[in-house]
Amino acid sequence: MSALAHAGPAGGAPAGDTPPQERQGRSWLPYLLLVPGALWLLVFFVVPLVQLFSVSLQSQFPGYPGYYYRDVNFSNYLSALTDFAPQFGRSLLFAGLATFFAFCLAYPLAYAMAFKAGRWRNIMLIAVIAPFFTSFILRTVAWRQILADEGPVASTLNALHLLPGGHITETWAAVVAGLTYNFLPFMVLPIYASLERADHRVIEAGGDLYANGFTTFRTVTLPMSMPGVLAGTLLTFIPAAGDYVNADLLGADNTKMVGNVIESQFFKVLGGFPVAAALSFTLMALILAMVFVYVRRFGTEELV
Amino acid sequence: MAPLRRRPPADPAVRDLVRAARSAQLSRRSLLGTAALGGAASLAACAPPTPPSGGAAAVQLPQDVSATDKVVRWANWTAYLDYDEDTKQYPTLEAFIKETGIKATYSEDIEDNDSYFNKIAPQLRAKQDIGKDIFVFTDWMANRVIREQLAQPLEIIRMPNASNLLDSLKDVSFDPGRNYSLTWQSGFAGIGYDKTKVSQEIKSLDDLWTPELKGRIVVLSEFRDTVALVMQSQGVDITGGWGRTQFENAVNLIEQKMSEGYIRRIKGNSYLEDLKSGNAIAGIVWSGDLFILRAETENDNWQFVIPESGGTLWSDNMMVPITSTHRRNAMTLMNYYYEPAVAAEVAAWVNYVCPVQGAQEELAKSDPELAESPFIFPSAEYIKDNNIQGFPALSPQDDQAYSAIWQKVQGN
Repeated sequence: MSALAHAGPAGGAPAGDTPPQERQGRSWLPYLLLVPGALWLLVFFVVPLVQLFSVSLQSQFPGYPGYYYRDVNFSNYLSALTDFAPQFGRSLLFAGLATFFAFCLAYPLAYAMAFKAGRWRNIMLIAVIAPFFTSFILRTVAWRQILADEGPVASTLNALHLLPGGHITETWAAVVAGLTYNFLPFMVLPIYASLERADHRVIEAGGDLYANGFTTFRTVTLPMSMPGVLAGTLLTFIPAAGDYVNADLLGADNTKMVGNVIESQFFKVLGGFPVAAALSFTLMALILAMVFVYVRRFGTEELV
Repeated sequence: MAPLRRRPPADPAVRDLVRAARSAQLSRRSLLGTAALGGAASLAACAPPTPPSGGAAAVQLPQDVSATDKVVRWANWTAYLDYDEDTKQYPTLEAFIKETGIKATYSEDIEDNDSYFNKIAPQLRAKQDIGKDIFVFTDWMANRVIREQLAQPLEIIRMPNASNLLDSLKDVSFDPGRNYSLTWQSGFAGIGYDKTKVSQEIKSLDDLWTPELKGRIVVLSEFRDTVALVMQSQGVDITGGWGRTQFENAVNLIEQKMSEGYIRRIKGNSYLEDLKSGNAIAGIVWSGDLFILRAETENDNWQFVIPESGGTLWSDNMMVPITSTHRRNAMTLMNYYYEPAVAAEVAAWVNYVCPVQGAQEELAKSDPELAESPFIFPSAEYIKDNNIQGFPALSPQDDQAYSAIWQKVQGN
C-alpha cells in the first residue's frame, strides 16, 4: 500500500489545491492498479469464505451419511463449540505459549543482530532464514527423529531421570516446542527490522541523561521496537493457533488442537463437513476478535 | 442429448441462445455436484428434500482413451508393491511397462481409507478427474465406493487372468460377481513386537499391558482392526450379533490404556516409522508390514502373532475411479498382476495374503520355505484354528456412528 502511495504522488495527492481537471484524469489509476489484487482476493478469498460459511450451515440428509442439503442450521456451530471446547482451549493455550517462548528467544537474538553482531549480522540473518529452504513438514519430521526415544536427547534426559513420561514426542511439551521452533523466524524478523531502524542517537541520549542500561532499554529501546513485537506476536500466534501439523507429528491423541479436529471432520468422519466448516469459521472469528482487541490495546501507529 | 426431444426453436439465433443456456446450466450443475442437488430443491429449509438415488440412474462412463494415451496412474498404500532399494524402482511394474508399453505411474498416496476417500470423494462425485486410474480400498470402503457409483465396471473378458482369483474371494457381498473390483492383497491384523525388547512372549492382547511396554505401543487407526481385535479379546464374535454396547466396551478399554500411558498413539500406515525409529516396540499391526519391517531394519526379531482370541482378515481391492479415461490400461495392469509368476514375485516382497491361484506353486520354485508361510498362503484350517474373522459390513448409519466414536478416542 505504501509503495503505491510513493509511486504516484500526483495520483494519491491530498485533496484540495490540485486543479479538478487534472485530478479527474488520473484519480482512477490507483483503483485500476488495485483491480488484479482485488480480483485475486475476490476469487481466492471471498468466494471460498462464502462457500465455507454456506457449508457450515448445511444439514445432512437423514439416513444418508455424507450427503447434505442447503439449510440454515446453526446447530453445527453449537456442536462444534460444545464437543470440541477442549481442543479450542488447547489451540489458544499452545499458540499463546509458543508465542511467549518465541518472544523470549527472538528478542535477545534480534537485539544482538541489530546492535552487537557487527560483521556477523548477515550470517545470523541467513541462519534465521535458512530453515525456510526446507519444507516445514520435513523439518518437523526431522524433530521426531531427533527427539525419538532412542535418540540422543531423550536418552540423555532419561539417564538423568529428568523425563517423567519416559519420552519427549507425543507430549504437549513437544507440540509447544515444535510450534515455537517453526514460527520463530516470524518473530525474529519483524523485531530485528524495527530495532535495526531505531535511531541510535535516541538510545545514546538515554545514557547522556544518566539512565542506566536497563532503564534505557525499558523506556527507550523497547518502546521503539513495539511495532516489531506486535507484528511478530501476530505472525506467530495466528498461524500457530490454526496449526495441526505439529500436534499431529509431535503430539499425542490427547494433545490434539482444533486444526486436527477440522482435518478429521473433513477427511475422516462421514458427514463431518458442516461441523468442520463451522469449526473453521469459529476459529477465524475468535482469532479475529482477539487480534482486534490486542491491536486496540497495544497497537501503535503503524505495523512495522 | 436430452434437448433433441423437444422441438428446437425455428429462429437459429434463438436456438443458439437456448442451447447456450442449457449447456451453461449443465456445467454449473456438474460443478456444484451433490451439494447443489439439495440446494436447488430448497433454498429455504423446511423438510429435507429427497435424498440422492442410489443406483437407479444409468452411469455415464467417460470416453476411454487407453489406445492413444498409453498411461495408467495407480494410487496404492505404503509398502504394498515389490521395491528395489538399489535401483529405486518397482521391478514388476518396470517389467509391465516394458511388456506392454503402457507407462505406469505408481504413488503411495493412501495413508488410510477414510482420509484418502474423503480427499477424492468430492471430486469424484462432481465427475472431475482425480489423476488416478486405479485406487485400492479395503472391503468396507470398496462397498461404499461401489454403492455411490464412484467406480467403473470392469470387463472380465479383457482380464483372462482374473479367473485365477481365489474361489473364496470370487463372490463377495459388496460386489457380487466381482463386477467392479479385483482383490489386490489380503492380510491379517494381529500383534507385532520386537522379541528382544520384551522379556516374555506375547500371545494375547492382555500381554501387551506390561510396564516394560508402557508408552511403547502403537495401534492402527482402522477401527475395523484395532477395535475388532479388542472385541475378540473380550469374547465377542465380531462376525455378527454385537451392537453399540460391545463396541463401546472395547473402545473404553482402549481409552483406559491410552490414559494409563500404555498406548502411545493411534496411527495410520505411518506407524511403521515409529516401529523403525524405536519409539514403539509393539502394537496392533498388519501382517505384511512386519515382514517388510524385518527386511528394512535388518532385524529378524520382529514377530507377528495372531492373538489367542483371534485376529481379523481383510482384503484390499483394486478399482477404477469413475473419472478415469484409461480404464482399459487399468485392466491390462490388473490382468498382469494376476499372472501367477508376477503375483508370486509381489507376494515374496509384501508378505501379504496372495489372492492369486497358482502363485504358491510359482513361489515354491524360487523360495520353497516362503511358499509355506501361513501369512501368504493360509490354509482354511489355519484361518479356522486361529479364529481369524472378517469384520462385517456396516449400515451407513452404524458406520457413521462408530467412526464418530472412534475419532473421539483419537482426540478429534
